[in-house]
Amino acid sequence: MREQRKFKIPIGPQHPALKEPESFSVALKGEKILGVDIRLGYNHRGIEKACEERTYVQDVYLIERICGICSHTHSTCFVQAVEEIAQLAVPKRALYIRTLVGELERVHSHYLWLGVAGHEIGFDTLLMYTWRDREAIMDILALLTGNRVNYGINTIGGVRRDIDSAQTKEVLKAVEQLEERTHYYIEIATEDMAISKRLSGVGMLPQEDALRLGAVGPTARGSGVNRDVRRDDPYAAYEELSFDVITDTHCDVYGRTVVRLKELLESFKIIRQVLKNMPQGPIAVKAPRKIPAGEALSRYEAPRGEDVHYVKANGTDKPERVKVRAPTLANVRTVKQMLKDRFLADMPIVIAAIDPCFSCTDRMVEIKNVDSEKEKIISWPELRSLSIEWYKAQGVDFTKLNKKLGNV
Amino acid sequence: MSLEEKIKQALVSKFDFLAGRIVISRPRRIFIQVELERLNDVFDYAVKQLVFSHLCTITGLDEGLTFGVVYHIADKNGIVLNLRTAVPKINPVLRTITFYFPGAEIYERELMDLLGVKIDSLPPGLRYPLPDDWPQDEFPLRKGWKPKAENREQKTENREQKT
Repeated sequence: MREQRKFKIPIGPQHPALKEPESFSVALKGEKILGVDIRLGYNHRGIEKACEERTYVQDVYLIERICGICSHTHSTCFVQAVEEIAQLAVPKRALYIRTLVGELERVHSHYLWLGVAGHEIGFDTLLMYTWRDREAIMDILALLTGNRVNYGINTIGGVRRDIDSAQTKEVLKAVEQLEERTHYYIEIATEDMAISKRLSGVGMLPQEDALRLGAVGPTARGSGVNRDVRRDDPYAAYEELSFDVITDTHCDVYGRTVVRLKELLESFKIIRQVLKNMPQGPIAVKAPRKIPAGEALSRYEAPRGEDVHYVKANGTDKPERVKVRAPTLANVRTVKQMLKDRFLADMPIVIAAIDPCFSCTDRMVEIKNVDSEKEKIISWPELRSLSIEWYKAQGVDFTKLNKKLGNV
Repeated sequence: MSLEEKIKQALVSKFDFLAGRIVISRPRRIFIQVELERLNDVFDYAVKQLVFSHLCTITGLDEGLTFGVVYHIADKNGIVLNLRTAVPKINPVLRTITFYFPGAEIYERELMDLLGVKIDSLPPGLRYPLPDDWPQDEFPLRKGWKPKAENREQKTENREQKT
């Protein structure tokens, strides 16, 4: 029998799958992935440097634009650090509103992820359903903040918009509807054979590796790492709220899916508590234009995991240094581990399962061959359909499930 | 005694030169200034004995004659130890911490690309985040660095020619 040849397959950087530029170069022997090298940077826009040349207030809006999904994450993380340096006593009502927008953002982000994950494995009905449901949250965010993305709710010293009883009612209505949908998705994920067969044992990340590599968020919690900034290092109103940190011991894509789905239920719990216990009072304190010299490190549990901002002030109206570490940068290293010795067909879902956000992180993954004989270029849609067909041949097929759900 | 105070005490009793250099800025935040020569000892002790097992990130700062480097490490109680040191700009060399945290590689490469700090014993790999054709002697996060004027002028000229 002829020996299997080794291939090197570059994918990207112009990349249609995640709507962001990233480049993957995969080293293959047959269908097995031999090794991975990481190359990031295609989206580095020099935001940290730009922050040094703008005032603190301008920076709030600039930093909000680091990410189109967790924009509130970054702006909150930044203002928290500035407020700590300036020793501002942020009113409690403002902290509750921040928490509310933060949890709504997590719900829309997890729904978005569930849709993308469905699409990557060929279960497109799930994409259609979740993205339709997600609209409810987008509408609520627009109602509360005026914007579907980049909410502009934060300012140094508090928030910019108050919430009234009519808005509260609308949020509760949407939460009730989405909670019912989430139970339905949990039922599909836990009871349907096709999903568990497709996702179990794929993208394994044992607990010790998750710890060693510094994984964060649902990627870590799906490997049984009990870590959540909201509980461990509480910010905003989390110290006064009761919620559970969801973990799972499957250590694979399936585990990460279960964590995100169950986290949605916790978010609904938090949103209800916030609305019920929201104290009366002002929503902001006046912040000085010049921030006194000092430094602070702020952490925030983004939908993708721990977000870290470090701010150093020099007494002027512009910061001396702003450092941002988005969650994907901490998680991207784990992809190497997850893909090693796995099949090429697993690549789309394994990468999607860390819920990567490259504009946040570059702020990419390259899989390289040691001694390539031949190069072949493959596009992400091709890789995705290869992955779906490969699993179809193994008996994992979503056609029936798509039909069944589509006919409901 | 709070956990933060206990950590402070443990550090001072192990390393007497740290007396007066440890600041608890607020609950769960400890800032420490360490000389470069003693950084590895303090770091080793914090990670192995005080179980600061999670690396949040590494921050690099341009502080004039030196580069400030802050290692942000966290424990399971949410306490973040901000271990700060200064590296002379003339020969900015730091030892890699990838022996403790393999995930630190990307943060160390960022220090190399954006500030020009050299990392000792870091295994070879691809650069991050700057493109491969970026000039070797330009470090955008240094205070004096500005995008080259002639590049900007060139671009404006090209644009004008097109229109």
